[in-house]
Amino acid sequence: MGCNSSIQYEDRKSEKAIKAAVLIQNWYRGYKSRLELRRRQAMNIFESIEYADEQDQLQLANFFSFMLENYTTNNKDSSESLSQLFVNTTKRKLEPETFIRNINVPDTYYGPRLKFPLTFSDVILLIDAFKENQILHARYVLQLLQEVKKVLQQLPNIVPVTSTLSKDLTICGDIHGKLDDLFLIFYKNGLPSGNNRYIFNGDFVDRGQNSMEVLMVLFSFLLVYPSDVYLNRGNHEDYLMNMRYGFTKEIMQKYKEHGGKILRFLEEVYTWLPIGTIIDEKILVIHGGIAENTDLNILKQIKRNKMKSVLMPPITHSGVNLKYGHHDLPLSSISAIDQLSKIEWEQMVNILWSDPRSKKGCHLNTSRGGGCYFGPDVTTNVLDKFALKMIIRSHECKPEGYDICHDGKIITVFSASNYYEEGSNRGAYIKLGQDNVPRFFQYQSNHITQGKTLHERVDIVESAAFKILGERMISRQSSLIKAFHKYDPNNTGKISVRDWAKATEEVLELSLPWLSLCPRVVKMIENGYVLYEMGFKDMPVVKAPQEAKSATIETLVRYRSDLKIIFNIIDRDQSGLISMDEFRAMWKLFSSHYNIDIEDAHVDQLANSMDLNKDGSIDFNEFLTAFDVVHRLDRNSVKSQN
Amino acid sequence: MADDKDSGEMRLQEIQKKIKDAFEVFDHESNDTVDVREIGTIIRSLGCCPSEGELHDLIAEDLLSQVSSRMVEEEEPTGYIRLEKFLPMMVKVLLERRYRPIPEDLLLQAFEVLDSAKEGFLTKEELVKYMTEEGEPFTQEEMEEMLSAALDPETNTIQYRDYLAMMVIDEN
Repeated sequence: MGCNSSIQYEDRKSEKAIKAAVLIQNWYRGYKSRLELRRRQAMNIFESIEYADEQDQLQLANFFSFMLENYTTNNKDSSESLSQLFVNTTKRKLEPETFIRNINVPDTYYGPRLKFPLTFSDVILLIDAFKENQILHARYVLQLLQEVKKVLQQLPNIVPVTSTLSKDLTICGDIHGKLDDLFLIFYKNGLPSGNNRYIFNGDFVDRGQNSMEVLMVLFSFLLVYPSDVYLNRGNHEDYLMNMRYGFTKEIMQKYKEHGGKILRFLEEVYTWLPIGTIIDEKILVIHGGIAENTDLNILKQIKRNKMKSVLMPPITHSGVNLKYGHHDLPLSSISAIDQLSKIEWEQMVNILWSDPRSKKGCHLNTSRGGGCYFGPDVTTNVLDKFALKMIIRSHECKPEGYDICHDGKIITVFSASNYYEEGSNRGAYIKLGQDNVPRFFQYQSNHITQGKTLHERVDIVESAAFKILGERMISRQSSLIKAFHKYDPNNTGKISVRDWAKATEEVLELSLPWLSLCPRVVKMIENGYVLYEMGFKDMPVVKAPQEAKSATIETLVRYRSDLKIIFNIIDRDQSGLISMDEFRAMWKLFSSHYNIDIEDAHVDQLANSMDLNKDGSIDFNEFLTAFDVVHRLDRNSVKSQN
Repeated sequence: MADDKDSGEMRLQEIQKKIKDAFEVFDHESNDTVDVREIGTIIRSLGCCPSEGELHDLIAEDLLSQVSSRMVEEEEPTGYIRLEKFLPMMVKVLLERRYRPIPEDLLLQAFEVLDSAKEGFLTKEELVKYMTEEGEPFTQEEMEEMLSAALDPETNTIQYRDYLAMMVIDEN
């Protein structure tokens, strides 16, 4: 009897323990899910803003076309320089080899010194140097770019790859300047070599801090193993995109003396990158996606190096004459040589920008402002038409680093972990095994968040998301207030949360769950009504000069990156200065095209009062930084610097 | 009576809005569907605490009706759950107050049950053993995540009273 009851007691005890365990597990999973929801919400914010940003590009591209097609010959000085700036972007001469070889590398330079032709040990040297945060000297950068151009020029638009059992084949997606992710991949999967082939599917640069180093490593492996390393062009291998998304800034900071030359070389090298690879004639690897009219035959015979930038679409022939130097040249004579036809252009943009979706058909990719959304039927049709088995693409950040859709025919691989913020997503790469069956490998580089709890990590991602949301709101503040007033005809100072959400979505053009975001964003809600005049929580401020009108401030914050690009184009010698005349002329065109209601005189006044007018030239970087957005936490550090 | 009805209406609307908001977060293509693998997260984030077993039952209820509509051409033949099916089911769950969140005192009791030596803490080994071997076992990732917040690295123990107190603050 003693035995029985003790067994029963044990049973009961362990039953209790199991119940307790389930309770705890249950509770923890609930906690985790609530955190996961917040993380996803933050990701959605990041994504919407990223795509909205890309849409702004369309506007910029239109502006460039507008400038080229429609300016008048009224102001001789400005018209010459403005016309020259665009025609010249395609005609800038590159430094001859001898000049580069004569760039002096001082004895004090202790970084890697490369010898051409490159060998494997040179690349190891390079990698070790980058691990020590060294910067490769501009001369070696330029030499490397020159050599890479020669190699790339030999390649067809779509490079054929034949898989073999004795050689591994790995495919990586977007890296976006994340050197630690690249090193992590090499650590897990081995360095590229004759037996370890790699395809890098575009977007090597922009956003991350080490775009230069990533590019140098990839390019040097290409030089050492030209038959085993394949680089496809992504939508960020585009010199104008780089101006917007950080690579240009990185170059100018790291290479003060020769940055301009490097940028010009890069412009050209990008255009020679192949647009895709095709494995065993069955698997197409391209950066973005396809459209219903995607035609590999057209793509194979395009002169791909004519695609300078997605922001400079081919100009339609409208019979407008351009003054070039002192001669009147018809537009057509310039465009025909340098441009792709409209059809060819579209084919390329679709390859670099499209995204798969589950909805059937092919629709304009309105979020991004370029390429299409293509459905499973489009995939089936295109794959059948060209006897392909599947498409491996990148271009979209996925929480797990990869994604499969369209019944296994479309695979997305994205190799930049923590893309939006530490903790936002994993990265992945694909290995093709026997019969080209893909295997997926994931990772996440974890510097800052090592040792942080789940809760802390989610906090980090979330506050970053709300930070950029705040920046977006502040640049449209007056439009927001106007919209709120519309819903408050009696001037009570409050509107329903519902109306607030409607108005905010209208103005910001971001489709986010505004109803749920409302309490996190506004300062005061009472009984379901937003007291909108109390403003927003934790809004960043703009540390602008007092003379500046709020409308001006908003415009300069909102169009900051576009203006930067425009100024950089005008600033041919990359000196950071443009003439006041060019500045005024450009501002006039800009404000008319973007429908901005600011008097030109006011902007002039500002530039003068800010003492930026240096003998008829304006330091536009200083001008733009004067209107930088500062977040509450940063404000204190700014104060202490002054 | 009329007031009750109104407030009942409002409550229903509120609940529906809450559900739709959570659903939206995982509705990547804004077409009112989510991957079935995310349903657990959505349900839990709405404040419910179903066990894994209860979750499977819920989904089976929903998915079974889903299978027949799989033949519809528009959608891909994978596990997707549509909002129109999910919403009424979830409203019922919330209105009936099923799978209520676990009150703090019950949680504390659960830890105390596992703490067989009644010392006020669990060793790392004890917690790991229970969480990964008993009940509805944790994955390695879940275990590591819990430990990162719960484990006191100096003593290698889980001071569960403190841990719970901290978690309650976190959640609010």
